[in-house]
Amino acid sequence: MITLEGKGVSGGYATGRIAFYHRDAADVEKRGVDDARAEVERFLQAKAQASEQVRRLYEKAVADVGHEEANIFDIHGMMLDDEDYLEAIQDIILNQRVNAEYAVATTAEEFAEMFSSMDDEYMQGRAADVRDISARLVRILGGGGEGGFQPSGPVILAADDLVPSETLQFDRTRILAIVTMYGSATSHTAILAKMMNIPAIIGLGECLTDAVDGRDAIVDGFSGKLLVEPDAATRDHYDGKFREEHTRRTTLRQLRGKANITRDGRKIDLYANIGGVADVTEALENDAGGIGLFRSEFLYLQTDRYPDEETQFAAYKAVAAGMAGRRVIIRTLDIGADKKIEYFNLDPEENPALGFRAIRLCLERPELFTTQLRALYRASAFGRIAIMFPMITDVEEIREIKAIIAGVRDDLARRNIPQAEQVEIGVMIETPAAVMVSDLLAKEVDFFSIGTNDLTQYTLAVDRQNPKLERFYRPHHTGVLRMLKMVVDNAHCEGK
Amino acid sequence: MVQFSHVIRDALGIHARPAGLLVKAAGKYKNATITLDKGGDDKADMKKLFRVMRLGVKQGDTVTVTVEGEDEDAALAELRAIMEETL
Repeated sequence: MITLEGKGVSGGYATGRIAFYHRDAADVEKRGVDDARAEVERFLQAKAQASEQVRRLYEKAVADVGHEEANIFDIHGMMLDDEDYLEAIQDIILNQRVNAEYAVATTAEEFAEMFSSMDDEYMQGRAADVRDISARLVRILGGGGEGGFQPSGPVILAADDLVPSETLQFDRTRILAIVTMYGSATSHTAILAKMMNIPAIIGLGECLTDAVDGRDAIVDGFSGKLLVEPDAATRDHYDGKFREEHTRRTTLRQLRGKANITRDGRKIDLYANIGGVADVTEALENDAGGIGLFRSEFLYLQTDRYPDEETQFAAYKAVAAGMAGRRVIIRTLDIGADKKIEYFNLDPEENPALGFRAIRLCLERPELFTTQLRALYRASAFGRIAIMFPMITDVEEIREIKAIIAGVRDDLARRNIPQAEQVEIGVMIETPAAVMVSDLLAKEVDFFSIGTNDLTQYTLAVDRQNPKLERFYRPHHTGVLRMLKMVVDNAHCEGK
Repeated sequence: MVQFSHVIRDALGIHARPAGLLVKAAGKYKNATITLDKGGDDKADMKKLFRVMRLGVKQGDTVTVTVEGEDEDAALAELRAIMEETL
């Protein structure tokens, strides 16, 4: 058995045969042509075909992974239309009297090099996009199709790295998992795999050679392990995990379509928790009455920069529209020193649980908060969105938040950007202080959501991360239960 | 000739998506010359995606958009709206 370790970028288990993906050898031959004009004509026809392929790819991406991630193909289409790019290719054909394939490959390298040499990591990454569109052109010129590697049956797909259009071109029912030698967690490929719900491991390094082609393996997308030709013990171990996962799912599936009634006969709403747009389908399939918690921090975790207003708007809108009028409660950014996001540049803290986090961070960084609120209120026009604020300790905080909301709403109204008239707002009750002032908070907001994990930790002064304290971490401690009772009574007093 | 300046607030600067939006919008004004200037000698024809991306405009940079030709006011208003909205 060979164990390779990389970075799991999309969770899940898979077992099957590895198929090593080889890009069509893009060795381009330089050839003289007699009629350079005709060669330019041949190039322009290939270009038209490439544009059409990219347009279809964009539509497929919209359907598979949503507008947000599909945008990259819109950009590819524009790159193909770029005058400088097209002119450079045609100039080479005409001036050097050479074949179009060679002109495209040369131009591609020149443009890719230009991006690679920029002092900005994001722009350096765009070199891959130039190579992607250029490879497509070369393929078409050579009479090839869409870059048509399609595995014969369900396989674990291995590759050195994948460009976005490759990830998307595969028939997803035939891909059990994706494993690559290189790549970054923030690459589009990692994000696409996650959205398509395919386990993926990247950065396995050069030990992942095509010697693994055709061998059996287990992919553990949670721990980032690829186990090639697993021994019997490993197989048993993972068989257990597969079964567990399977049983858990089938047991729960039996509850679908049944009314949610507690033992004492009360009907309750059962909502789903989600981390992104891709989870909506599953929430609906599993009968969720709404979304009880959309953890917006995933939008921030899955990129290497602050998600802009458009990105967030698209995500919130897609979830709101997808849930078709059912309530979608979105929690504003809940991040602190314990969840590491490089670009936030947060100082390390002695006590992150008691630190600069969640609403505190948002109130201290108003641009960040306003961007999110603008996206949320714009999306409110497309479904039933409710907004929830984490880590509240004081009624003054909610008043400050409401003033910021009023500013955001006024601004949208002035620009005639649609927003819902009524948007419920609520707070997380997860600190003892919030419990003690819950009578005051109940007057200010439409709903509460009790975060029992944090509330237990703060009430009992027990660090959840410290394994030695496990027996002292008791969610049913009378102190915690009394807190719950107090919150519920205070909410009911205000008719909420 | 009309122009406006804008300070980039987006943490990523003018990345692919807003560059795409700007280039698409600029492309609609066929009989106008539109340039994006980030100071110094760095200028780009705003109808060309690669040129705009190559400028490498970052957060905090001040850029100036200049429009000259037909429908220049409409072009300026549209580009300004995109910049203010997304950047």
